[in-house]
Amino acid sequence: MSAYAGTGRLIRLAARRDRIQLPIWILASAAVMGAGVAAVADEFPTEAGRVSALQAAGGSPAVLLMRGTPVGTDLGALVNFRNFSSMLVVVGLMSTFAMVRHTRQNEETGRAELIGSGVVGRHAALTAALTVTIAANLLLGALVTATLLGSGLAVDGSLAFGAACAVTGMAFTGIAAIAAQLFQGARATNAFAATAVGVAFMVRGVGDALGERAADGIQVNSAWLSWLSPLGWGAQVRPYGDERWWVLALPVALLVVCVGAAFALVDRRDLGAGLLPDRPGPAIASRSLLSPLGLAWRLNRGATYGWVIGSAVSGLAIGSLGAAVNDAMAGNEGASELLGQLAGTGGPDLVDVFFAAMMNIFGVLAASFAVQILLRLRAEESGGQAEAVLATAVGRAKWLASHLTCAVGGAAAMLVLTGAGAGLADAAAGGDTGVVTLAGAGLAQLPAALAMAGFVVLVFGGLPRLSVTLAWAGLALAITFGLLGDVIGLPQSVRDLSPFSHVPAIPAVAATAGPIVGLLAVAAVLTAAGAVLFRRRDLAL
Amino acid sequence: MNDALEVTGLVKAFGSTRALDGLDLHVRTGEVHGFLGPNGAGKTTTIRVLLGLLHADSGQVKVLGGDPWKDAVALHHRLAYVPGDVNLWPNLSGGEAIDLLGDLRGGLDKARRQELMERFQLDPAKRCRTYSKGNRQKVALVAAFASDVELFILDEPTSGLDPLMEAAFQQTVREVSGRGATVLLSSHIFSEVEALCSRVSIIRDGRTVESGTLAELRHLTRTAVAVEAAEPITGLDGLPGVHDLVAEGMRASFDVDSAELPGVLRHLAAFEVHVLTSHPPTLEKLFMRHYGNGVPVSEVSR
Ligand SMILES: Nc1ncnc2c1ncn2[C@@H]1O[C@H](COP(=O)(O)OP(=O)(O)OP(=O)(O)O)[C@@H](O)[C@H]1O
Ligand SMILES: [Mg+2]
Repeated sequence: MSAYAGTGRLIRLAARRDRIQLPIWILASAAVMGAGVAAVADEFPTEAGRVSALQAAGGSPAVLLMRGTPVGTDLGALVNFRNFSSMLVVVGLMSTFAMVRHTRQNEETGRAELIGSGVVGRHAALTAALTVTIAANLLLGALVTATLLGSGLAVDGSLAFGAACAVTGMAFTGIAAIAAQLFQGARATNAFAATAVGVAFMVRGVGDALGERAADGIQVNSAWLSWLSPLGWGAQVRPYGDERWWVLALPVALLVVCVGAAFALVDRRDLGAGLLPDRPGPAIASRSLLSPLGLAWRLNRGATYGWVIGSAVSGLAIGSLGAAVNDAMAGNEGASELLGQLAGTGGPDLVDVFFAAMMNIFGVLAASFAVQILLRLRAEESGGQAEAVLATAVGRAKWLASHLTCAVGGAAAMLVLTGAGAGLADAAAGGDTGVVTLAGAGLAQLPAALAMAGFVVLVFGGLPRLSVTLAWAGLALAITFGLLGDVIGLPQSVRDLSPFSHVPAIPAVAATAGPIVGLLAVAAVLTAAGAVLFRRRDLAL
Repeated sequence: MNDALEVTGLVKAFGSTRALDGLDLHVRTGEVHGFLGPNGAGKTTTIRVLLGLLHADSGQVKVLGGDPWKDAVALHHRLAYVPGDVNLWPNLSGGEAIDLLGDLRGGLDKARRQELMERFQLDPAKRCRTYSKGNRQKVALVAAFASDVELFILDEPTSGLDPLMEAAFQQTVREVSGRGATVLLSSHIFSEVEALCSRVSIIRDGRTVESGTLAELRHLTRTAVAVEAAEPITGLDGLPGVHDLVAEGMRASFDVDSAELPGVLRHLAAFEVHVLTSHPPTLEKLFMRHYGNGVPVSEVSR
């Protein structure tokens, strides 16, 4: 039997499984680009307006970090500046999640074993996953290009934009293919792959933030650090600027290398196992495991450590930029406006506005963390472990509360440590924002994360079988409305639906109790409603 | 004394499927009760209702005298459950899973745990991810039987065990039964049920079709009889309880309802019988008749 036998069948199976999810990613990306072009055209109709906005932005490391480097002053260039870096993140996430879905997750649920016992070669599953994911990337790139062309932007730039999206997705497809071979379990693999996207974003961001301004006062040449990141490569294609087509080869080369390595690894490991063999565990449980909370912590601690450490390190990196922001922005007026837009507020002190904007991002990360941890409830329920636990003398409320405690505690630790880290790094770099202030700014994000957590508990209690989809969709909408609402020109009433729109922009503005109390109340009501629904329903196995 | 399990007229529907359709189940305190029925009959669904994991649509359900939905936590201190599909946490070791499940139920007996671990030849240091189906089942069995509880609810607990482990399981059930515990045993293995259970209930399509002691149920089955006599055997076709009669001259073979066997033997005594062979009723035969789809419920429970 050839190693690739049955690949065609698996491709059809994978495409069928993904017939809703991938089209949503792809269509949503195209739709966001369409809306993005319209918003930019509406907001910056004149060259002069664009020039002054870009001049301001080019001097702000924070803006460069989030949005990448400006490549020109025409409409397309501004669209690139506003949307390109987030679009690259989107394709990165789409690709990693799709790869994990069709490799590790399949194996974990035993589907692969069933498939493997049919006439299916060793390499078939990985080949099928790669085929579907790469096809999705190509489709996304084509559709984005078509949307941009349809919006009247230049042909070269639109082609480069779509192509860069597609190949960046492919680079992460390769990375995820390797991760799926190295890690035990879909959750660990997903966490690793998503972290890879996050790290690539930070590396690209820092490289851009440290970039050098070109003579025209608009364009910025990224520092070498950007070139270490697959997201940086995508950006360096510079659509609507001086398109550099050869850069497209870098992510493709990474894909080729990763795929070769992944196939070599497939040949070395058994189905269901990682490369690292299982070590024996303790024959007797330690006391700390023997409670619902002990179990929940044991199940969640790996993910919690990963998120908290990753976030705290990012906090250090952000903190170290504070002083640079201050220097670069001295006497630059347009910049404060742009930063203010990013932070959702205007403020006198640019460094404070910068930190407030960053803390808002960490609030989103904490909310994502809480969503991931709480969805463990559903995984335990559908996986049958909850049945075993709830058949012991553990009540449903207690079981739910134990996982909720992990989510809330982890999110709080993540935000406080991240804020404190930023404060420490800021102090080390000569800033004076303060460790306590920034730790508090971090903590002020917690109510928004808790409101998201409440939403997850609600859907888990009310619609268990849809809860995973609804929870992530809810988070995606909250991020879109709250953080990108201005970029895509949503009305304020829609943006207000997101908890992230209500967090006070500490330290740029003074803390106010109103929104925090409001968010906490929403979180409490949602959580209580979800808990009541859960206690009244059948276990959905 | 109250019955350990009292279920009357239990109905549970999933959307348009009526998984349970007026099911009755009575398990007396201290007995080992066999719970049988073809795939999809509703055994697992019944058990999940008994555990308060599913909410009954209608009907009365009492577990150890309490309401399994409202008093779940209090009742679960007093019972242990082995699910049909044992799903454990991949990263925990078997020993950790046993201690955890036992402790969450209210504690387990350390010495008993050790004894059972040896009896079932379980390596507690292995990660659950690496256990085979049978070994996962052993983890659940050890966790359940190491608890000193009044009621054991076992859903096809031996479907993955080898014959040696099956014997260990039977020994363990006899031990807990010997100290007065009640056991509800759902199973597809007739020999296991015959060896362990004092009473059984057979369900089909969510309804109880048969319930009673093994002796009573044997009574409901038919004995296969073949006779050869010195003279032609007549009159058998007129006797009650005789089925599938094939009479050719001096030979006859037929099935007879066990309850009617005495009358048939009295009739045969009038002939000069040389050879008489009979095959005693087996539970398996009874089950087959109940499980088979062709037989309407009314005829079976006659
Ligand atoms: N969550 C559910 N949703 C819909 N239908 C269900 C659900 N659970 C069980 N059923 C249906 O209820 C019926 C009874 O199933 P149950 O699992 O109780 O059977 P069982 O007697 O345990 O069978 P087996 O011997 O195969 O274990 C089946 O028709 C099954 O398809
Ligand atoms: Mg069953």
